[in-house]
Amino acid sequence: MKSLEELQKIKERALQRRKLAGEGARARIVVAMGTTGIAAGARDTMAAILKELEKRGIGDVVVTQTGSAGMSTYEPVVQVQVGDGELVTYGNVDANRAATLIEKHVLGGEVVAEWQVQ
Amino acid sequence: MAYRANILINGDAPGAEAVYGAFLDELQELALCDEVQVLMTSGLGGRGVEAIVYPDSVRYVNLTPEDVARITEEHLLKGRPVLNLTQAAPEVAPLPPPAPKEVRVVLRNVGKINPFDIEDYIAEDGYAALARVLTTMTPEQVLDEMKKSGLRGRGGAGFPTYLKWTFARNRPNHPKYLVCNGDEGDPGAFMNRSVLEGDPHSVIEGMAIAAYVIGAEQGYFYVRAEYPIAIRTLRVALEQAREYGFLGENIFGSGFNFDLEVRMGAGAFVCGEETALMRSVEGQRGMPTTRPPFPAVSGLWKQPTNINNVETYANVPQILLKGGEWFASMGTEKSKGTKTFAIAGKVKHTGLIEVPLGVTIREIVYDIGGGILNDKKFKAVQTGGPMGGCIPEKHLDMPVDYESLASVGSIMGSGGFVIMDEETCMVDIARFFLDFVQDESCGKCVPCRVGTRRMLEILNNICEGRGQPGDIELLEQMGKSIVRGSLCGLGQGAPNPVLSTIEHFRHEYEAHIYEKKCPAKVCRALIEYKVDPDLCIGCTRCARNCPVDAIAGKPKEKHVIDPTICIRCGICKQVCPVAAIDVY
Repeated sequence: MKSLEELQKIKERALQRRKLAGEGARARIVVAMGTTGIAAGARDTMAAILKELEKRGIGDVVVTQTGSAGMSTYEPVVQVQVGDGELVTYGNVDANRAATLIEKHVLGGEVVAEWQVQ
Repeated sequence: MAYRANILINGDAPGAEAVYGAFLDELQELALCDEVQVLMTSGLGGRGVEAIVYPDSVRYVNLTPEDVARITEEHLLKGRPVLNLTQAAPEVAPLPPPAPKEVRVVLRNVGKINPFDIEDYIAEDGYAALARVLTTMTPEQVLDEMKKSGLRGRGGAGFPTYLKWTFARNRPNHPKYLVCNGDEGDPGAFMNRSVLEGDPHSVIEGMAIAAYVIGAEQGYFYVRAEYPIAIRTLRVALEQAREYGFLGENIFGSGFNFDLEVRMGAGAFVCGEETALMRSVEGQRGMPTTRPPFPAVSGLWKQPTNINNVETYANVPQILLKGGEWFASMGTEKSKGTKTFAIAGKVKHTGLIEVPLGVTIREIVYDIGGGILNDKKFKAVQTGGPMGGCIPEKHLDMPVDYESLASVGSIMGSGGFVIMDEETCMVDIARFFLDFVQDESCGKCVPCRVGTRRMLEILNNICEGRGQPGDIELLEQMGKSIVRGSLCGLGQGAPNPVLSTIEHFRHEYEAHIYEKKCPAKVCRALIEYKVDPDLCIGCTRCARNCPVDAIAGKPKEKHVIDPTICIRCGICKQVCPVAAIDVY
């Protein structure tokens, strides 16, 4: 890293990458994978999401991870964003819920309000 | 009698009683009573009424009494688990209330960015503060900004950060070192872990800025080995920071060199104390040494060293991006900015929060924590980890800042916040924390090593019904001597849970000693389970479930518990269908 300009360029590139269209993706799924999340079963949730996407042959969904934001009571926590829509946070997402979220929110475009966490 | 199968039902779910009763009826019907045992237990996980059938380990969820007949007939009689009842039907989770009182500075990126991708951090203005500092600011200007911010050490003592940096900067000898204390050992605390796991680059950036100010070229992360995910995340982050040139030589073309290394703690609580921590980094046994000399004068390898905790460093980039005044606009007169707390104990929403200093305990417990579990009564909050104190209900409206907490005999500590309800025995809690520090005493100072053990023995006696007049006074006297006679914070703080509970809950100690009663009905030696003969219907459930056969009584007759056999496990109280059994 040599200059401010170089940092600015990386920042712009990273912001660009966040825009789903830039990557040709239809949706983004983020799983909270801190210790708290993993203890509550986030690894199973992550596996279920990947399996469900594979089963349905969906290749244009970005799946990433993040840390535990602090809502320990609601772990595993999963965030879903479709297109340029709002990033929706869901709580207590076990493997079953993960599959349902892909069907309803990612494919159907419908927010599952009852599992939503503020 | 041996049973071929056991059914465990979570007794705390609404409707569990009805399911339990239905199981008993069905088993009676099918004449399986002697083969299958039904037991009520505490929560199994929280999907309505649940039942686990052993030895098959089949878990049924969301049960209603109507489902029971199928389970008993199919599974218990014919050996075929009812699979469609084992699937979790989608349930409606109650929406948690929004937490408007929260302000996230340290946790701004945690749960938002991918910690394994440095560019995700850069997209959130990551390393912009370091860039600005290295290309446009002198160390003095950084110190000035830090002074304006009013940031104080988040590890517990609350020493002004700019002052600490100034001391290390002003030492003439080189090399100098920088240390990040990530040895978060307080029971129930996980603030630093979340930051290291969720946003490691903010800590790295904060450390690089501190290193520039004091003139260090080498830094160390000291993280406890019990945080494997944090350590892995940190190592990936360090590698990426080196790759992008935020660590290494000639950073931003400024001629400033800095690199970081991770050192793992081996599980000693005392290594969170700064002098013991530095001995541990050096590869020696983790034992505290006298201060002065302070680390700024003689730290790692007797060189000037600056040591701050994870949260302190994580604040630094934001302060330099948004300015010291912005940071100082949050918080109180003497405690600026925000603080993370790990909310644990008997509260509805446990977890991690970040609030401006100066919010009241009531706001944390009721507005953010959602109130006490099962709507019981608030009794006390224990802040600051095992060396902190218990704060009673009358101080609920006290602002949470360094001075206020100290004024009622507690400390800020690193941010543990354990909430207790009316069913918590304060003597028992004091004993728990003292047991912890007694175990973790390094053994160097006699008052801490021997004194805490003697205090623990007295507390054990009190809890087990052997308390004597004079015990409270002796505890107070010993506690004060240990505070005076110990070298480091561990010994100086060890008696704190005992002293603060004696101060605020002396009547509970007196009840234990003089009346041989535990007001919270926790200490087993001081309670007794009794059957109310007016309410008992003679159903025999308590007698059948008693693990030590302490309950006598024939069907349809009043039952009696023999206190000499009873082990106070409480199962009888849980299974009684008419609430005829209570604790006295």
